[in-house]
Amino acid sequence: MTALRLRTELVDALIAAFVAALLALPLLGFKLTDSATGLSLDYRWPLVGYAAGAVFTGRLAIGQLRHFFGARFDRTRGQSDIYSADPGRARIMFGWALIAIALVLPWLPFADKGLVDKATLVLIYVMLGWGLNIVVGLAGLLDLGYVAFYAIGAYAYALLAKTFGISFWLCLPLAGLLAASFGILLGFPVLRLRGDYLAIVTLGFGEIIRVILQNWGEVTGGPNGINSVPRPTFFGLPFSAISPTGPTFHEFFGLPFSPVHRIYFLYYLILALALFTNIFIIRIRRLPAGRAWEALREDETACKSLGINPTLTKLAAFATGACFAGFAGSFFATRQGFISPESFSFIESAIILAVVVLGGMGSQIGIVFAALLLVGLPEWFRELEQYRMLAFGAAMVLIMLWRPRGLLASRSPTVRLGKLAEAAS
Amino acid sequence: MDYFLQQLINGATLGAIYGLIALGYTMVYGIIGMINFAHGDIYMVGAFISLIGLMVMGALGLTFIPLALFLVVLLAMIFTALYGWTVERIAYRPLRGSSRLAPLISAIGTSIFLQNYVQIAQGARAKPLPPMVRGSVDLIHTGNFQVTISYLQIMIIALTVVLMAGFTFMIRKTSLGRAQRATEQDMTMASLLGINVDRTISITFIIGASLAAVAGLMVTLYYGVIDFYIGFIAGIKAFTAAVLGGIGSLPGAMLGGFLIGLIEAFWSGYFSVAYKDVGVFAILVLVLIFRPTGLLGKPEIEKV
Amino acid sequence: MNKDTLPQRILEVERLSIRFGGLLAVNDLSFAAHDREITAIIGPNGAGKTTVFNCLTGFYKPGVGRIRLTHADGRDYLLERMDDFRIAREARVVRTFQNIRLFAGMSVLENLLVAQHAALMRASLFSVAGMLGLPSYRKAEKIAIERARHWLEKTELIAAADEAAGSLPYGAQRRLEIARAMCAEPVLLCLDEPAAGLNPHESLELNELLLAIRAETGTAILLIEHDMSVVMQISDHVIVLDHGAKIADGSPQAVRADEAVIHAYLGTPDSEDLPPDLAIGIAKAGR
Ligand SMILES: Nc1ncnc2c1ncn2[C@@H]1O[C@H](COP(=O)(O)OP(=O)(O)O)[C@@H](O)[C@H]1O
Ligand SMILES: [Mg+2]
Repeated sequence: MTALRLRTELVDALIAAFVAALLALPLLGFKLTDSATGLSLDYRWPLVGYAAGAVFTGRLAIGQLRHFFGARFDRTRGQSDIYSADPGRARIMFGWALIAIALVLPWLPFADKGLVDKATLVLIYVMLGWGLNIVVGLAGLLDLGYVAFYAIGAYAYALLAKTFGISFWLCLPLAGLLAASFGILLGFPVLRLRGDYLAIVTLGFGEIIRVILQNWGEVTGGPNGINSVPRPTFFGLPFSAISPTGPTFHEFFGLPFSPVHRIYFLYYLILALALFTNIFIIRIRRLPAGRAWEALREDETACKSLGINPTLTKLAAFATGACFAGFAGSFFATRQGFISPESFSFIESAIILAVVVLGGMGSQIGIVFAALLLVGLPEWFRELEQYRMLAFGAAMVLIMLWRPRGLLASRSPTVRLGKLAEAAS
Repeated sequence: MDYFLQQLINGATLGAIYGLIALGYTMVYGIIGMINFAHGDIYMVGAFISLIGLMVMGALGLTFIPLALFLVVLLAMIFTALYGWTVERIAYRPLRGSSRLAPLISAIGTSIFLQNYVQIAQGARAKPLPPMVRGSVDLIHTGNFQVTISYLQIMIIALTVVLMAGFTFMIRKTSLGRAQRATEQDMTMASLLGINVDRTISITFIIGASLAAVAGLMVTLYYGVIDFYIGFIAGIKAFTAAVLGGIGSLPGAMLGGFLIGLIEAFWSGYFSVAYKDVGVFAILVLVLIFRPTGLLGKPEIEKV
Repeated sequence: MNKDTLPQRILEVERLSIRFGGLLAVNDLSFAAHDREITAIIGPNGAGKTTVFNCLTGFYKPGVGRIRLTHADGRDYLLERMDDFRIAREARVVRTFQNIRLFAGMSVLENLLVAQHAALMRASLFSVAGMLGLPSYRKAEKIAIERARHWLEKTELIAAADEAAGSLPYGAQRRLEIARAMCAEPVLLCLDEPAAGLNPHESLELNELLLAIRAETGTAILLIEHDMSVVMQISDHVIVLDHGAKIADGSPQAVRADEAVIHAYLGTPDSEDLPPDLAIGIAKAGR
């Protein structure tokens, strides 16, 4: 019995290794090198062997693991299985704990400038993920161009703040509104279409915005982007060493100057923005608008039969999601102090979408984990640029295969009769 | 006028390439209803394999160009098809039957993986290739009124038309085509009726990838330079072409491909090169608004 | 007969036709439905019953014909011209589906709140008042939950209120779909084969539920039904379709004895379609 299993597994692994060798042959076995005289060809036969060997052992190992864990690899779960009538007390506690950790993070003994900076980056993606979650997770609309709204927010802030000297707190809503208007402008014609068309149109929109940013040099600075974007101030107090216009942050509070102040301030700023997004989503889910979004995701035809205007409802979701991207974009611009079209390529949209889907569609905490995993973790491997992205792509595939519904897919109801009855008695 | 005709020829060449890639999108979408996001990168892999194939032919001392090209087409189709098959096998098949988003994310992951894989394996710098198929025909030449078509352009358009006709015939008339259409209609029912659904889907990916490989070879010859990033934008445009023609429809993909090529050529020629992609998408949006199922897609009323 | 004693005519379908390619799915169909009545539409599979519903509720646009709905206050709605969601919201024609369409991942209670979307949306001032948690919205939500609770009690689903709709047993899902439609406060309730797949006991309960709905709200009901016992027991009026055309129209008793109806059912190759009551009718006619 075991001998037979081993035999089939060996054969299986041999076949896999053979396929791997064939796959590796053209692209790993040969190497194109360009020199002054033109292209030439190098040979790297050992790589083909390594690839085949790696796949052979990997395949055998997976077979063994699967044998050991058996049922754990069973991935079939139905639609209502992710539903839990339990309000998820453990999850709520966990959420509060996460918020507490986030609040004290900069003061923890091992925290340094680099860590807080990385945490800020993760929080940007958490916020973007939560924003996109409205569109994808709640309303079930496939948006592949979310980064366009992020870009609009960033450029809106940079241009408004730089040209008109408008403060961050005034720019923030304006950038959000502008992004939302673009969302409506784009959504109005296309939201009536089938879901997959929406995907391609949003993808195209993302590219169009990038092309425009790149080519409309007079306004956007073209490929060079916009630099010396106004940095954030603490209610008017700049975080610089000295300021010609008045006291700086460290002077006002009588602290020695330190560049860390700004980094910590930015961290708390994005934490506040992200928490605001979270509260918004928690509340809207309990309102008719949010329920209509989820209902639309579940069954559009049934929604129509109950008098819900699907186009308008989708448009609201699309614009709301865009608005939060606009907020995040403003923050990004003020944090970087420099923006260029490069920061808003398709890969960003893909990362944000991956954060939402891998987190577990619609799950707020899942998105935090996915952002930590997909954005935070790779930050430690910055030096390995290409290998990092290679692993990133592979991880996206593997996580989907392992948990097609995402890491923490679960939904609990937004209103409970049982709880109301308890409250009444 | 001569400029117009010249752009028409250039656009048709470009369109032939888009059309070949679009076929892969439309077939996969038709059969399993998924946007195979990695298809553009399969095309890129095809371009690299073609380029390496051409170099190998050179290294082997095969200088008779038609024979070399023929062998390279064959090899590129085989090896690229293997990539297409593997991607389906590993990244998509286990996700069949789960939500619509799971395979899409997996496809995006595959796309990122393939791009970086080729970048690591072959380097990030663009790879130039000296022109191999030279010469052209003057279609019209009177005074400063001149329209030419190169042999390469003729070859690209002719090969595309032949391949498209062949595959359309195959899908319309053979048992493989019947199996594909049955799987498209109802996967469960098809498998109950004894159709090997897994194999049918695998073959669909193999065909799509081999057509993309041909497109890859053509692009390598036509532009004479490729890099690991070409799959993304060509992929988007080819998918746009498939949607424009009516996704799921083979003639639609070809028509859409040619139209996108023409729009791009004329937009670059008459308006602005920088904004040519904007033109392509603007027209896509217009078509979708006025004809939501694309040009040749069957208008369907959803059964309630 | 005196006109005043007749119930008010609420739905009037005139010369309705719709074609799918070569198939004339509904062919020159005219009929009417009255307030406080249960009108049954019967006919063999593929006769075009669901298609008629789809025309009434705006999911299909008929090629020809007029569908007029009249409210008690005398307002008229020409349904063939209205968008599907407007028909539900303004004309208040609400339907259920032959293949149950619930919001499977949402709770039973949430399903019923979604059905009250338009009213709640207005009360929440398009989310503004709701976001701020103003009392006006909280009151409206309480009323909505009370209405939901009422229909949950009527459909005996109150114990399952916090369960996922998709996890309910089949019969309960059918009842939930009806409760959800009632929460939308219909003037005309269209039920597409509500008894399909129910056991005899559940079927009996369904009859009582429909009668109770009529007694309590006076809602006119349009019912597509295969189960003859349901049709005979509770409908006031029966319309028989075959191949898209109306072949009989009248009281249950009259229709049962109608020759054309018997032939239509005999003509179906699938003899399982033959309702037991008709079988008796056929036996009688044969004598
Ligand atoms: N959207 C559609 N496209 C094409 N044919 C349709 C469509 N909807 C219904 N039909 C056809 O119309 C006929 C009537 O169907 P239907 O109304 O569902 O019958 P039933 O009386 O069983 O409810 C059937 O032959 C069906 O195939
Ligand atoms: Mg029906």
